[in-house]
Amino acid sequence: MEVGQMQRQWVDYTKSLFLEGLLDGQFLQLQQLQDESNPDFVVEVVSLFFDDSEKLLNDITRALEQPSVDFKKIGAHVHQFKGSSSSVGAQRVKNGCIPFRNFCEEQNIEGCIRCLQQLKQEYYLVKNKLETLFAMEQQIVAAGGSIPMLELSF
Amino acid sequence: MSAVRMGLNGDEKPHVLAVDDSVLDRKIIERLLTNSSCKVTTAEDAHGALELLGLADGQQNFSNTVSDVNMIITDYCMPGMTGYELLKKIKESPTAKEIPVVVVSSENIQTRIEKCLEEGAEEFLLKPLRQSDVKRLRCHLTKDGNPTDEGMLCVGR
Repeated sequence: MEVGQMQRQWVDYTKSLFLEGLLDGQFLQLQQLQDESNPDFVVEVVSLFFDDSEKLLNDITRALEQPSVDFKKIGAHVHQFKGSSSSVGAQRVKNGCIPFRNFCEEQNIEGCIRCLQQLKQEYYLVKNKLETLFAMEQQIVAAGGSIPMLELSF
Repeated sequence: MSAVRMGLNGDEKPHVLAVDDSVLDRKIIERLLTNSSCKVTTAEDAHGALELLGLADGQQNFSNTVSDVNMIITDYCMPGMTGYELLKKIKESPTAKEIPVVVVSSENIQTRIEKCLEEGAEEFLLKPLRQSDVKRLRCHLTKDGNPTDEGMLCVGR
């Protein structure tokens, strides 16, 4: 595949992530912060997000398995997850945190367990899509091309 | 020792101290600020910020303090001391109270905003921060009468 084609594929793929609501304008903000002097900025930020998220999801899972569930602690983890997903523009993950926090406040364990399932689904989906996107970027760069600037209006 | 210097010379970069417990958010704010031609120091909690300013209780070691901080941006929700409590400590300090403090939060809670502004916060901004927010803050740093060489206007959002 030649570079122009790869770049067009990248643009289409990126646009689809926005159209499907997986990403929001904050992700665009991050892309705009990437330049020649910070060429890996988005990948670095998203990697931090992945690390943070895996840990949070593990902590929440374990907390929900305890004989005596600490809803306050889980609520704090969910708050943090909402913050980090919001910071990278992972819109559906962020939105998944909102009902979760409500269930924590109500100390509703069933609700929390359902929300955790949902959250894991959304997180792994966006993680998968972003990893695919980054792989496309690597191919473009390896072929001597550059990553296009997106022109999306929000 | 002075942690404060107001009034920038035209070609100097403002020095901003950014405080946030999230490593992700620290990375983003640092990039946003450097992209707006600021020099950035980060702290991962309020206590760390106070130490950098030389204001921690019983502080003996001043070798790591930073000088000439022109603005402090702090997250509201942090474990241990909150951004609000940090704001209060700064405003109570004779040496640091003139430094503008901006509080950021992911939650739009009116009472929270009011109490920060009452305590002397320059602004209260919602997370996630955007480049336009930071550009506007940058404007605050030079509006004390010093002419800027970019001729920037401060436009409200």
